Amino acid sequence: MSKEFIKGNEAMAEAAVRGGCRFFAGYPITPQNDIPEYLSKRLFEVGGTFIQGESEIASINMVYGVAATGVRSMTSSSSPGLALKSEGISFIAGSRIPAVIINVARGGPALGTIQGAQQDYFASAKAIAPGGFRCFVVSPSTVQEAADLVYEAFEIADKYRTPVYVLTDGVIGNMMEIVELPPMRDPEEMLSSDAWRITKYNDDSSARQFSTYRPTGEMLTVDNIAMAELYEEWQEKEQRWEAFMMEDAEVVLTAYGSAGRIAKSAVKELRAQGIKAGLIRPITLFPFPNKAYENINYDKIDKIFVVEMSIPPQFVYDVELATKSQLDYININTSGGVIVETESIVDKVKESM
Amino acid sequence: MEKIYERPSFTSPAIGMGFCPGCSHSTAHKLMAQALDKYGLRDKAVLIYPVGCGGLGKDWVRLNNIVALHGRAAAVGTAIKKCNPENIVISYQGDGDLAAIGMAETMHAANRGENLTVIFINNTNFGMTGGQMAPTTLLGQRTTTSPDGRDIERHGAPFKMAELIAELDAPKFVGRFALHDAKNVIKAQAAIDKAIRMQVEGKGYSFVELISLCPTNWKLNPVDSAKRVEKEILKEYPLGIFKDFE
Repeated sequence: MSKEFIKGNEAMAEAAVRGGCRFFAGYPITPQNDIPEYLSKRLFEVGGTFIQGESEIASINMVYGVAATGVRSMTSSSSPGLALKSEGISFIAGSRIPAVIINVARGGPALGTIQGAQQDYFASAKAIAPGGFRCFVVSPSTVQEAADLVYEAFEIADKYRTPVYVLTDGVIGNMMEIVELPPMRDPEEMLSSDAWRITKYNDDSSARQFSTYRPTGEMLTVDNIAMAELYEEWQEKEQRWEAFMMEDAEVVLTAYGSAGRIAKSAVKELRAQGIKAGLIRPITLFPFPNKAYENINYDKIDKIFVVEMSIPPQFVYDVELATKSQLDYININTSGGVIVETESIVDKVKESM
Repeated sequence: MEKIYERPSFTSPAIGMGFCPGCSHSTAHKLMAQALDKYGLRDKAVLIYPVGCGGLGKDWVRLNNIVALHGRAAAVGTAIKKCNPENIVISYQGDGDLAAIGMAETMHAANRGENLTVIFINNTNFGMTGGQMAPTTLLGQRTTTSPDGRDIERHGAPFKMAELIAELDAPKFVGRFALHDAKNVIKAQAAIDKAIRMQVEGKGYSFVELISLCPTNWKLNPVDSAKRVEKEILKEYPLGIFKDFE
């Protein structure tokens, strides 16, 4: 195990390689450029392939093709680039092909700002593209967690034959922290199956077809029911979150991703001032960790502070759903591009208690 | 009795190709299948299908195939070939797919000199969606979106894809052929055979444009469609090999 002082984007890139990624295609966009830059050298050292695509669209389509041959594949981009990739992601999801997509998000809409933001919540967890499909969406709060989640994302993608979407932002992507990078995964241990992928040799009986077109609604229904069952399975088995100082919490905060780490600092500060605060921090955004919110003592708690870097707020709607609209929802939010500050969270909590 | 002709080994006798009568996609499919059979490549082949009429053939060929997003076949093919050099990758695309929405992917894959075979069906219109104007529509040609005929001032001139691609440094074999009569079909077969063989030999990118009939959307019977190719289309789109590395 090696510990390194490393930037978020590079930690994710290296974790991808160690997790078995052997193909990457991407297109320059700030603030994720360190990922393709790093991989343009690193992938060739491990016998992989890197392509700088002529666009985000070409890049996700390269991933679509090569992932169908079972090569662990990834692309990364930032918010407006994800819009361009969205149709490709829908084909990957519709064809049940594993792949990993990293969004180092920036402020929006459109060109917005290159600083970190949490304005892609709906666009990642709810509706990446038309058609009602979902990705498995995870969001890290630290560089360590970013590396760990990217590493594991390839396993989740293969296990469920789904695109896994890592939603992070310019804050985590450009931050340097001490990270224990995961070990290089042995290709022998990786999940992959010749049962579905294009191989070097497919005869008459094993020729593969990847097509998302269904001539009839009845045929589409079969696919869509399978899709719904997959998402139900995730809801049952895969919800992940961190509950921080929630055991005796009298004041509850909730936040994910980069806002999650700042909210955690606010909880510590509130505790230092004698206020029993706690934090629920979702790690999976889809499946949303509804179970985390079931443990709230609804007899004592009547409000929840929802911290996010998005105006108007987006994440709060899932919190309201998970808590069955039983609470008051107090938004502590900044615009994308403006990092929410610990002091402003502490002040807002104290003023609303 | 000796069998001297049979259907390509991997095509389905039970499933038709699904193309309209007189459509050149059927001919192009047969030529492509015969070429793969000739070199014994059925088990290694990966066909990249487009969005549009071309994709209708996917159930007829029992080969690995992947339907790309509209226009992106060359990008899909690029990555498959780079990571799986043993596979024989054919990008089969129509004119809307290759020359309109997919122009960037088409040109960049050609310019990188990917070791791919691109088969380009030029029938001067968007077939699947009902005959709209394509980048290849002739000047004066009436389509559902150029009802007064394609006009150079309003719509620009037709793209000559084979000539454009031949201008790039990397492509190794580029030519335009036609499918409207037996003599030309034989030449097209030779071109497709050569393009696929060159990929097997690792010689690089090849582009075979095929002037094709679309009787349904041209609103002509197949015989008159073939006459139109001879009288009108070949004047705008000359046949021939524009680049040959060998």
